[in-house]
Amino acid sequence: MSVAATPGKRSWTVRTREAAVGALPPEKLLPDGQPTYVDSWIYVFGVATLAALIVIVGSGMILGLKGPAWWHDTGVGHFFNSIHLWAVELFFFTMVVHLWGKYWMAAWRGGRARVWMTGAVTFLVAIPTALTGYVSQQNFDAQWISTQAKDAMNSIGAGAFFNVTNFGQMYSWHVLLFPVAVVALVAGHVLLVRRHGVVPPFELAERAPAAPAGSASPPGPASGAPPPAGPPSEAPPSGGAQPGRQGEPS
Amino acid sequence: MTRYTGQTRDWKGPYAAYDLVKELCIALGVITLLAVVLTVLLSSPDEKPSTIAQWSTATPADFESTAVSELDGTSGIAGYGPPYNHAAEGQHAAFLKPQEWLGVSHPIDTPSAYVFEPLATIANDPALQSAIATYKGASASQQKAWSEAYAKALENATVAANGTLRVAAGAYGPVPAMMNALLGLAQTGGLEGNLLRSNQFFQTDYTKPLLFMADGKLLEGRAESEHLLGDQWGMMNETGSYPGQSWLWLYTFWYQIEPFKNSENADILVVLVMTLLSIAFVCIPFIPGVRSIPRWIPVHRLIWREHYSRLR
Repeated sequence: MSVAATPGKRSWTVRTREAAVGALPPEKLLPDGQPTYVDSWIYVFGVATLAALIVIVGSGMILGLKGPAWWHDTGVGHFFNSIHLWAVELFFFTMVVHLWGKYWMAAWRGGRARVWMTGAVTFLVAIPTALTGYVSQQNFDAQWISTQAKDAMNSIGAGAFFNVTNFGQMYSWHVLLFPVAVVALVAGHVLLVRRHGVVPPFELAERAPAAPAGSASPPGPASGAPPPAGPPSEAPPSGGAQPGRQGEPS
Repeated sequence: MTRYTGQTRDWKGPYAAYDLVKELCIALGVITLLAVVLTVLLSSPDEKPSTIAQWSTATPADFESTAVSELDGTSGIAGYGPPYNHAAEGQHAAFLKPQEWLGVSHPIDTPSAYVFEPLATIANDPALQSAIATYKGASASQQKAWSEAYAKALENATVAANGTLRVAAGAYGPVPAMMNALLGLAQTGGLEGNLLRSNQFFQTDYTKPLLFMADGKLLEGRAESEHLLGDQWGMMNETGSYPGQSWLWLYTFWYQIEPFKNSENADILVVLVMTLLSIAFVCIPFIPGVRSIPRWIPVHRLIWREHYSRLR
């Protein structure tokens, strides 16, 4: 139930809601249709990366519930540590394949630069997230990696406030600060994908960008359909590109 | 030959039914299953950590050599510079000296931290107290002469049945008494707790014991056998045959080639190179040439082959 607002004055909450719904209406946030060119196994790796992240967070939460020494002492703990490790390996593998796929699609076209950038930053932030996990293992691996990694950190001055030989500090970064950053970046990345839609294929020079013959119509009214196109432009992609700004060179 | 334009227009074509939530649930199931299968088949590595007690018992000569180097300021940490001490400026790249700029944030005075403070915890040992007093009362040149002579003698030391060291007679002053007392403390496990000591009851900072052990040969020896050294691409390896941080391959790569390989400033140079590459990676959409490669090399024809075949 909505409350009558003061005439001519909209609350911050209303403005936020309107901006959010305007940017991502429900049918765009959770579409039930995709353009027919979204038809390749390469698209699987994006959602697989997301799934691996969920497994990482889930197994990490279980490990966190029992504390950092649990997995050394019990079979169940070691099992969940193994799940955590392999989920991380799968996360990086699927993310790298996803990134390569998006590179070869030039997926930043059509005002999607921010989509690429948030994905790339996620990869970069995931690296220290994993590193802090490796140095929090409380085993020989952690001893060796921390005493080696300190040199790189110290060389750029980061060692002054990011001490890889301090288990307590690294554990905090690993279970809270970095995961929050990764999850926030992934959330932003996915929302941008939903906002801008999946990048269309390169167009053939000798073909007009017409609808393929014999194809079906969208299921439902404009399900997941991108907004109307603007005029083609030669301008470089913009991080703040509007959905209508399409047509820049890759 | 088909030529691809750089044009991207909004899709005006048809749509196919798509269940986003179902796809995520299936992916989650598959990834979970894969993780479980890999776990059941391969488990995960967990090599027990080394301890100072193990180190001092297994290789007492190396332990005492390391302790002597901490005492006379010749160890790796003693001469490291920031953030541990002012013994060196640290690494730099041209005018960039962030290691020096950030200063000493984790001060470690190696003679005090690794020798005098632990020895001070040994009570009721007048001979040891006398040896410490003699050492502290000697001139710097005398201290240096004693420790250098003892360090050299340790190269040919033998281990007695009770775990103590035997060295040839020489002018070592009070150094052997101090080192043997420290060795005894370490072999009983007392040194680890001592190095973790702070003003707090609970401990989470292992900087002091880790750096002390890293100055010795134990960790390096284990790392070499586990192919974890820098020249073994160790940064991206894992103990055993498990995959490690393979995503660090490019970072590791630079350490294998000149001018980084033998540079005293290798770490900062590699970090700077990787920082520039990372910025470029994020900014690919704005870099002419790099952003056009996908159009020049049409891998996308494979990705969208169904789409293009429908167009033809």
